[in-house]
Amino acid sequence: MPNTETYNDHVVRLFLLASAVWGIIGMLVGMYAAAELAWPALNFDIPWLTFSRIRPDHTFGVIFAFGGSALMGTCYYVVQRTGHTRLALNKLANFTFWGWQLACVLAMATMPFGITQSKEYAEPEWFVDLLVAVVWVAFGAVFFATLARRRIRHIYVANWYYGAFIIAVGLLHIVNNIAIPVSLFKSYQVYSGTVDAMVQWWYGHNAVAFFLTAGFLGMMYYFVPRQAQQPLWSYRFSIVNFWALISVYMWAGSHHLMYTALPDWVQSVGMAFSLILLMPSWGSAANGLLTFNGSWHRLKDDPAAKFMVLALVFYAAATFEGSMMAIKTVNSLSHYTDWTIAHVHSGSLGWVAMITIGSLYAMAPRALGQPAMYSRRGMEVHFWLHLSGTLLYVLAMWWAGVTEGMMWRATQPDGSLTYSFLDSLIAIKPLYALRWFGGVLIWLGMWVMAWNLWYTAADARAHLIKPIPVPIPEPDSDQTPAPLPAQG
Amino acid sequence: MAGGYKYFEAIEKHAGLLGILTAIMVSIGGLAEITPMFMEAHKVQPADGVKPYDPLRLAGRDIYVREGCYLCHSQMIRALRFETQRYGHYSVASESVYDRPFQWGSKRTGPDLARIGGKYSDDWQRLHLQDPRKVAPDSNMPGYPWLEKTPLDASDIQARMRVLRMLGDPYSDADIASAPEALKDKNELDALVAYLQGLGVKNEPASMTAASPASDGGTP
Ligand code: HEC
Ligand code: HEM
Ligand code: HEM
Repeated sequence: MPNTETYNDHVVRLFLLASAVWGIIGMLVGMYAAAELAWPALNFDIPWLTFSRIRPDHTFGVIFAFGGSALMGTCYYVVQRTGHTRLALNKLANFTFWGWQLACVLAMATMPFGITQSKEYAEPEWFVDLLVAVVWVAFGAVFFATLARRRIRHIYVANWYYGAFIIAVGLLHIVNNIAIPVSLFKSYQVYSGTVDAMVQWWYGHNAVAFFLTAGFLGMMYYFVPRQAQQPLWSYRFSIVNFWALISVYMWAGSHHLMYTALPDWVQSVGMAFSLILLMPSWGSAANGLLTFNGSWHRLKDDPAAKFMVLALVFYAAATFEGSMMAIKTVNSLSHYTDWTIAHVHSGSLGWVAMITIGSLYAMAPRALGQPAMYSRRGMEVHFWLHLSGTLLYVLAMWWAGVTEGMMWRATQPDGSLTYSFLDSLIAIKPLYALRWFGGVLIWLGMWVMAWNLWYTAADARAHLIKPIPVPIPEPDSDQTPAPLPAQG
Repeated sequence: MAGGYKYFEAIEKHAGLLGILTAIMVSIGGLAEITPMFMEAHKVQPADGVKPYDPLRLAGRDIYVREGCYLCHSQMIRALRFETQRYGHYSVASESVYDRPFQWGSKRTGPDLARIGGKYSDDWQRLHLQDPRKVAPDSNMPGYPWLEKTPLDASDIQARMRVLRMLGDPYSDADIASAPEALKDKNELDALVAYLQGLGVKNEPASMTAASPASDGGTP
């Protein structure tokens, strides 16, 4: 029988486009929010432009719209390539794309108008939550149905992370958003006070764990060996890390609530598990980095590989920092300050954005029927803009965070406090301006990427792309784990 | 190693098994920490002297939630000396039992508000919320001038209170019946100021005020 099956790259291309667009929107909002903190006149007394109304648009826009679209697109790409099979349930896959975009648009359009639950990272009201839940279940169905029809018996490790990401995020989303609607635009949580705090940070922390970490590790485990053009450094190590990561992460949520009214034992458990968490985190980072061993020369002329290596370095740095911040005495200084913001963005701009950008640069030409990205110079420029912007952002916020922490606790010899609250705000104002400038650089880089993708997609725009046939492997009763994902 | 790996291979080759094991592993941690919290929550509930929000403060709390003040202000004074010195007695669990969602916050671009009630006059609060830079020229807090221009929407306050009662907040029929009256001729700014002026005053357990005045900071 002739092989007529082809990969479904259409839905992948759609997600690729959406991800680039949302990245620009989400970071534009972040930039504006940063400017408002430095120059409050920019609030203009317009309700929907006010800092506290648009900040959730930034976090939702970059995490769920930009990151989410990139994760779903790469997930569909990877599960097909590693399983040598076409995506199952094509119609449902299209639905996940349009449904997800609708959910993102609805969320982004309602939150600035005060239609919000005001739970961090879960701000959209109940009707958006319902839609997200439906789309998520559909996403899971497409993913697992595709796994079920794979032709390679062994499930490549990238899929494990994607699978865990889908299962855990579904669980977190549903449990955290249980609420009773009062009207179309207002609902009340079933949890209150301390219980709500615990549920919320169980969710919030594991949104970090499974959305911003496990999902992107899936991306890393496929695209890093791909780009280094050699097998993963250690396949078994990646599996040990998988089980350690997914079982330890869930315990650590309470490190967001140190010294609060949460029972002490929960805080201590959170701290202990956060320290243990460093091991699987560094394990994954090391595995990725060592995969480049012997092909470091590729970094010279492949900006996509450079993005990936830097992403892994930032991942190692951010997880180390996180584990330190989970130590109670360190947290007493860092909590509530811009140090947290620095940690967040070294994780999100350094790790999440860089691994995404690197993977998009690796995937885009293949999904768009080109031998390479349109402009290598463009990628190079993007790399330096992104890196310098991220460093400016993170260094400025570390400085600001430590300054705040020290000023808040400083006391005079007679025991009275040295500084008023406003003193600390005045001290860090210039750093807020510097952070904004870092954001501008990053945002310009995103435009360079969009321009580059636009020209790389020339064929796709002219409908000239031929679908890629799925290679059908010879039957093999005893396949050993094949670390290097298939070409294509 | 080689022998043991055989069992592992079973997982690596069966999507369903992999999915189920993953689901189990991710559930354990959450269950272990949250289940005891639910149990304990029932013990925390009846804090001495703390009543659910009256209608005006409830409306104000919902405005605080809507505007997203929690993104710059915490309502959780940690049990640390420098913290209690600045903001008053550290926060205890029973103070936020009626907060859905909780408003502890995670970032202090502005100061903690857990005990802001009574610190300033109503007029100061109104002026500050209209244009913070009138009273604190270096502040980067946004102004909220539209609150004063928006009359309170009394139409769904009863629906809100009924839902809250369903969730366990002890509102009586009389409380709910008289709610629209309490909101009559008030605007959103009135409600928000009433809410702020009650923080750390109306939700403070009676025993706490007796044992340790807010100013001495309690024991860290
Ligand atoms: C951009 C961050 C930001 C947002 C959003 C914000 N504030 Fe503030 N707030 C501040 C800063 C900074 C101060 C300290 C300077 C001052 O008094 O304006 C402050 C001070 C205050 C104070 C006085 C606290 C004290 O102890 O002196 C109150 C009350 C207050 N804010 C209420 C609110 C309310 C209510 C909202 C939501 C409608 C809000 N704030 C939103 C930043 C913010
Ligand atoms: C142009 C780049 C960016 C800029 C200028 C920017 C700016 C900001 C600003 C000003 C805040 C609010 C900080 C505060 O309240 O003090 C913020 C918060 C946040 N941003 Fe960004 N951001 C950028 C990119 C990103 C990206 C790519 C991600 C994630 C993938 C991200 C995730 C977050 C998160 C999670 C928070 C909330 C942090 C917290 O509550 O502790 N940001 N950002
Ligand atoms: C070993 C891994 C990690 C540990 C132990 C850890 C620990 C922590 C700690 C202790 C905080 C501060 C909580 C507080 O004081 O309020 C924090 C905040 C945060 N971390 Fe991490 N972190 C880790 C990895 C990451 C990664 C990779 C990201 C990716 C983006 C990330 C994103 C965040 C975010 C978004 C917050 C802010 C939450 C908020 O307050 O709104 N973390 N983390």
